[in-house]
Amino acid sequence: MKILFTSTGSEWSSKIDPRFGRAEYLLIYDTEKDELISTDNRSVNGKAHGAGTATAQKVFDLSPDVIITGNGPGENAARVLQHLNPKIFIDAQGLSVKDAYEKYSAGDLSQLPLS
Amino acid sequence: MAQTSNVFKLAVASGKGGTGKTLLSTNLASFVSEFDDVLLVDLDVEEPNDSIFVKGLVSDVHPQYKMVPQWDVARCDLCGDCVDICNFNALVNVGKMIVVYENLCHSCHACSELCHKKALPMKKHHVGDVSVIKSQNLTLLEGRLNVNEEQPVALINNVHSLVNQNWSKYKYQIFDSPPGTSCSMVASTGKCDYILLVTEPTPFGLNDLKLAVDAAKLMKRPFGVVINKYGSGNKDVEEYCRDNGIEVLGKIPFDISIAERYSKGELLLDKHCFRSVVSSLYNKLENIRISQNG
Repeated sequence: MKILFTSTGSEWSSKIDPRFGRAEYLLIYDTEKDELISTDNRSVNGKAHGAGTATAQKVFDLSPDVIITGNGPGENAARVLQHLNPKIFIDAQGLSVKDAYEKYSAGDLSQLPLS
Repeated sequence: MAQTSNVFKLAVASGKGGTGKTLLSTNLASFVSEFDDVLLVDLDVEEPNDSIFVKGLVSDVHPQYKMVPQWDVARCDLCGDCVDICNFNALVNVGKMIVVYENLCHSCHACSELCHKKALPMKKHHVGDVSVIKSQNLTLLEGRLNVNEEQPVALINNVHSLVNQNWSKYKYQIFDSPPGTSCSMVASTGKCDYILLVTEPTPFGLNDLKLAVDAAKLMKRPFGVVINKYGSGNKDVEEYCRDNGIEVLGKIPFDISIAERYSKGELLLDKHCFRSVVSSLYNKLENIRISQNG
C-alpha cells in the first residue's frame, strides 16, 4: 500500500504541510517496501493559479491508496482525485510525518468523504 | 493612446477596495447625463454593483465567451503532451481521460494547436454576460462574470471590444474598474485616456494608492487622484500627492449621510457639498479631455 503525505520537508521528522495544492513536498511511504520517497513540489510556489491541478496531477501519477494531509484538497484537485479514489485523511497539520502515520495507523485521523 | 475621435475614456480605479470608485463613477455619469450622452461601464465583473445606483430597464444582454479546448475521446491517445504544454495547469491526465478545467484555461490555444491527434478542438465557453441598461442619457453596460469563473480579464477585454464596436459614438465613457493593481485592473484601465485614482486619507489608502500610481506609470497613462472621506484620517495622502506632483482633482468630504444614502443605493447629486465636488471634477476632466484631443 502507498501512503502519500503533504509535507514541508523530505524526512519522517518533517512537518505535515496543511496545504494540498501548494504542499512543498509529496512523500510516499510504501508499506510493503518500507521506504519513504520524496517528490519536491516547490515549483508550484510561482503559480498564481492552477497549483491544485498541478499537484493533483503529480499525486495521480504517484497513485497512492491513502493521502494524509491538513486542510484537504480544494475543488479542482478533488475533481482529479475522484478518478483515483484514494482514502483521504485530514487535520494532520502540526504533526510530523512520523506522528501523522502513527495516528493514522491507530485510526485517530478523520477521513474526508470524497463525493 | 488618445482615441482617434474626441472620445474620452475615463477609468475610475483604486488600489484599495471600498474607497469610492462606484460612488464616484455612478454620480459622475449621472451628472454628465444631465446635459450629454454618457456611457458608464461596470468592469468590476466579479462584483458589479453600478446597476444598484443606475435604475433602468435591461434592454439587451450580450453573452460573453472564451475559447477552451474540448477533449475528444475518439481521437486522443493519452500521450499527455497537452498537460505538459499547458502553462496554467488547466489539463490533467487521469490515466483514461484528459480532464479540462475551463475555469483555469487562458485560451492560449497551445494544447489544441500542438496536439498531434487533434483531440483538443477549441469551443466557446460561456464566462458571463454584458447587460445594457438605459436610463435616459445614461447607458450602463454591466459586465458580470459567472460564479466559479476565475479569469475576469477575458471578459473585461470583451467588454472593451464591445464598447468600441457598438458605443464608440459616446464621447464620455466612464469605466468603473476593479480594485487592486492586478491583471483585471490593468485590463480595465490600460487603454483608457485618463485614470482617476480614488483613495482615502488612511495608511491603507496611501499604501495602495502608491501601488496604483506605480501601475498607472508603468502603463504610461495620465492619472489624477480623488480623495474620498476627506477630513477623516490624516494628511499623508495629500502630502504624498504634493511631494510627487500628483494632481488632486477632488476631495469628497467625510460625511456619514453620504455613507447612509449610498448604502440605500441612492445617488447623491442633490446633496450640495457632494454635487459641487462632482461638478468641479467634471470641469477639470473636461479641460484634460480638450487638451488631450489637441
